[in-house]
Amino acid sequence: MNAHPDNAFENRIAELGFSGLYSDRATTLQVNMGKVCNQACKHCHVDAGPNRTESMNRETIDQVIHALHAFHFETLDITGGAPELNPYFRLLATEAVQMGMHVMVRHNFTVQFTPGCEDLPQFFSSLGMEVIASLPYFLQQQTDAQRGRGVFAQSLQAMRRLNEAGYGQEDTNLLLNLVYNPAGAFFPPAQEALEQEFKRELLQRYQLKFNHLYTLTNMPISRFLHWLQQSGNEARYLKKLKQSFNPAALPGLMCRSTLNVGWDGKLYDCDFNQMLELPAGGETMRLEHLTEEMLQGRRIATGEHCFGCTAGCGSSCGGAIIQTGGVA
Amino acid sequence: MAYYDEEDLDRFQEISRERPELFTAFMHWYDAVLQEGALTKREKALIGLAVAHAIPCPYCIDSYTQTCLDAGSNMEQMTEAIHVAAAIRGGATLIHGLQARRVVEKLSL
Repeated sequence: MNAHPDNAFENRIAELGFSGLYSDRATTLQVNMGKVCNQACKHCHVDAGPNRTESMNRETIDQVIHALHAFHFETLDITGGAPELNPYFRLLATEAVQMGMHVMVRHNFTVQFTPGCEDLPQFFSSLGMEVIASLPYFLQQQTDAQRGRGVFAQSLQAMRRLNEAGYGQEDTNLLLNLVYNPAGAFFPPAQEALEQEFKRELLQRYQLKFNHLYTLTNMPISRFLHWLQQSGNEARYLKKLKQSFNPAALPGLMCRSTLNVGWDGKLYDCDFNQMLELPAGGETMRLEHLTEEMLQGRRIATGEHCFGCTAGCGSSCGGAIIQTGGVA
Repeated sequence: MAYYDEEDLDRFQEISRERPELFTAFMHWYDAVLQEGALTKREKALIGLAVAHAIPCPYCIDSYTQTCLDAGSNMEQMTEAIHVAAAIRGGATLIHGLQARRVVEKLSL
């Protein structure tokens, strides 16, 4: 019997005896600073791009800073769009670091070539921020196919600047982690093996270094879903995600330890739910109304897209959830 | 009627309706063969892709192309694997030329 006729994911976890997906204590606040981006990637779940205007304002930034302090978050995870294009990005990062938080930024490399952003490597390093940067592949063809023509060459230049600022080097604590997204309707390979391959190829071909590689599964929402539909891959991809459901990925899902804030201050369980406008706690709530009760034991809003985070080795903003074995 | 339908891959189980124990035995062996061992899953997927082209089987080509992508192979690597299959097929054809030569030599003055 399907207790949730419109939610195959809830039915699947009900088969395992779970009455729903519930959060642990939220230790990470993930802040999406807006949809403005210098790139318009084909797989982007935010539908971000140069023509978007949604951007977090100063009032909401102040609410984020207040919440970071009041609710004792340990980590600030800044994402977008390209969050560096928000005029208050540096203010938020600086305030959080001064509070003693671990601050990570989801960086797209080529934003460094936007006027006013040339000194980002030095800014990141001055605060000791963790940089999580997108690089779909170590070859031009796959990278440019996903992120746009010329992105690969610029990404290599930007990565070199980060290396020169101390990122990815053995003798510094400046973490440069890369993100791999498959360039199409297929899954990422085993994270550890691909990390070794990326390290070898980037070093041998371009003398570039990084710390870790995170493999992410493409989410069947927004722009990537549109591409799946247009290319005739939707049914097959969704079926593959469902067939690859792995219960072992459930405990490590990032939504269980993260609270997500949209550019307009609304709260969500994850960035994907934000794009689908599935609010945390079942009804729209803004950051200024956040309570301690919402941070632990919160019922997480789910949908068919959740199969994207539970397929194979699992997928989270920190890469594969299960570190041994592979999807293939 | 289409002779090859990609949906057939999902119907593979139907082969087990008659003599299910044979199908079960095959699947256990098949799964064990493709597990990571002395060869990685990616290497096995590339071998599978090469064999699929050598056979040549549209089902296997479809399936192993996806397996290769999931395992992190790129088109350059997959193309090399296909060339290996093609080269061995080509070589096998050519070496059989000796059979023809032998017949010619036997029949000729």
